[in-house]
Amino acid sequence: MPTTYAETYFPLLIQILIALAVAGGMIGASAFVGRKIKDRVKNSPYESGMEPVGNARERYSVKFYLVAMVFILFDIEAIFLYPWAVVYRELRLFGFFEMLLFIALVLCGFFYIWKKGVLDWSTEAHGEREQENKRVA
Amino acid sequence: MIGNYVPHGVEYIRILPEILLCIFGILIMVLEAVTAEGQKRMLGVLALVGIVVAFAANLYAYTVPGQAFQNVITIDAFATFFRGLVLVVGLLCVFASLGYLRRQHAESGEYYSLILFSLIGQCILSTANELIMVFIGLEISSIATYVLAGYFRDDRRNNEAALKYFLLGSFATAFLLYGIAWCYGLTGSTNLNEIHRVISDPGLRPPVVLTGIAAALILIGLLFKVSAAPFQIWAPDVYQGAASPVTAFLSAGPKAAAFAVLLRIFMTGFGSFSFRWAPLLWSIALLTMIIGNFAALTQSNVKRLMAYSSIAHAGYILVAITADSQLGIAAVMFYLAAYALMNIGAFVVIGHVAAKNERYVRIEDLAGLAKRQPATAALFALFVFSLIGVPLTGGFFAKFYVFRAALEAHLVWLTVLGLATSAVAAFYYLKIVVAMYMKEPGESMADLAPLSSGTRVAVWAAALGTLILGIFPSVLLPFLSYSASMLGRQ
Repeated sequence: MPTTYAETYFPLLIQILIALAVAGGMIGASAFVGRKIKDRVKNSPYESGMEPVGNARERYSVKFYLVAMVFILFDIEAIFLYPWAVVYRELRLFGFFEMLLFIALVLCGFFYIWKKGVLDWSTEAHGEREQENKRVA
Repeated sequence: MIGNYVPHGVEYIRILPEILLCIFGILIMVLEAVTAEGQKRMLGVLALVGIVVAFAANLYAYTVPGQAFQNVITIDAFATFFRGLVLVVGLLCVFASLGYLRRQHAESGEYYSLILFSLIGQCILSTANELIMVFIGLEISSIATYVLAGYFRDDRRNNEAALKYFLLGSFATAFLLYGIAWCYGLTGSTNLNEIHRVISDPGLRPPVVLTGIAAALILIGLLFKVSAAPFQIWAPDVYQGAASPVTAFLSAGPKAAAFAVLLRIFMTGFGSFSFRWAPLLWSIALLTMIIGNFAALTQSNVKRLMAYSSIAHAGYILVAITADSQLGIAAVMFYLAAYALMNIGAFVVIGHVAAKNERYVRIEDLAGLAKRQPATAALFALFVFSLIGVPLTGGFFAKFYVFRAALEAHLVWLTVLGLATSAVAAFYYLKIVVAMYMKEPGESMADLAPLSSGTRVAVWAAALGTLILGIFPSVLLPFLSYSASMLGRQ
């Protein structure tokens, strides 16, 4: 058992050192071993991402926002699960059913966005599905 | 400690209306996704069923009054009244929306779900006995109404209304939340009874100035929501821009719920400080009445006129709160009931005359309504007379009780000035009646369709309610006095 104040924090110090070593090692290794290509594309801040400099009034696809909203929907679910898991043992069956209810509600939302076609990523796919539905019906 | 906490079955019965609204709201959302385009109207009918069932549950919940979920919610006569009132508002607005959405070819389940979700928030506000619960209720109610205000997203005015409502509403909520944080810091609790106990106890009492700041921040947040001066600027733009049934809903439901919270916080939580907040409310009430009534005089858009009129009515209600008595509380409740009915009725008729995409919303566009649709014109005239406060309508007794409560509290000047502004109000209200009855029909009347069945139900029900409150106010009064006495005693 740790006895002094400094001793209690000793594991933390080790962890910091390991973290530094891992991060430093990776950057160092890639600088040392990796191939170096220096052209315009490679030097841009986000190689396969968006252009960082340009007109700020560019239009985004509305899908961008839909995906963001759907992400929030499920991210929130996950966040609520953490504190619930911590007190799960104390809440017993009550907590179990409360969380079941919560997840059922989120599933309703999932069902809604699915049927509304938010998850159909291209307009063609959406059209095909519609046609298929019509053929079945 | 958490482990021991499992709610009683009776506690679920006390929030049964909210639970049912939630179930119906989600059911409509899910069904919306699988309903064919032509059958969306059924979802509106489902919403009606949901509200009626919730209303029944509200009455049933009153058979087991008491607090629930560690005292965050109180079911008493006061809460039952306001919960019932917002549900009636929701019911009338859904009826009106059935016709309106069909005319716009915009029937969809989301609209009805949003109304139900908003009602959940307003029900929570009516029953909340704890500041965090107030905040949650306000957010649930507001977020749904922000979306409703901008529901017709191809319409510019709708977009403007939604954005303004959202920005100013969030701003107001921030004030409220800041006030709640102060309150918690000063008293160590967010429960209203506990706050009352701490600030009334000379040994525990926090400094008066700090309590005042906390109360003022909460008051600002709530005055925004009831559109009282000087926080009324959003109301005309939002009421004008939003679709008429939505405006009817906004001007009645969230307002009634916000007044319920205002009463509960300031009568229960800060009740022992009334000698400090009453003078403040005195000036706010007067300012609201003056701004609302005088600004309405110059309006040519009838929705905007009604928006200013609704600001003025918030002023009258604040007069009764300033009276700080049981009589005053009962007067507020009666006023809100009468106001909700006549205001919804008026907005529904305005939405009807406005025709598709709300093209005809000037006062002149009402010209000749009495010739084309005498019944509709007569009902609109009834609502207008009730808004003025003519005897035999609900509006008369509403004003009568408000100013009687003010006089009994020796607020003579406020009464005199209030009555003077309401005389000014008669002028702009009568402009509507003159247009309907004494002008020749114009272009708007050529496009006038007959009243749709849903709209007809909403208008007639609102008119019937207005008349009942005006001729037999005693149907409601004993219950209101009882509710007020329960609230005052806590």
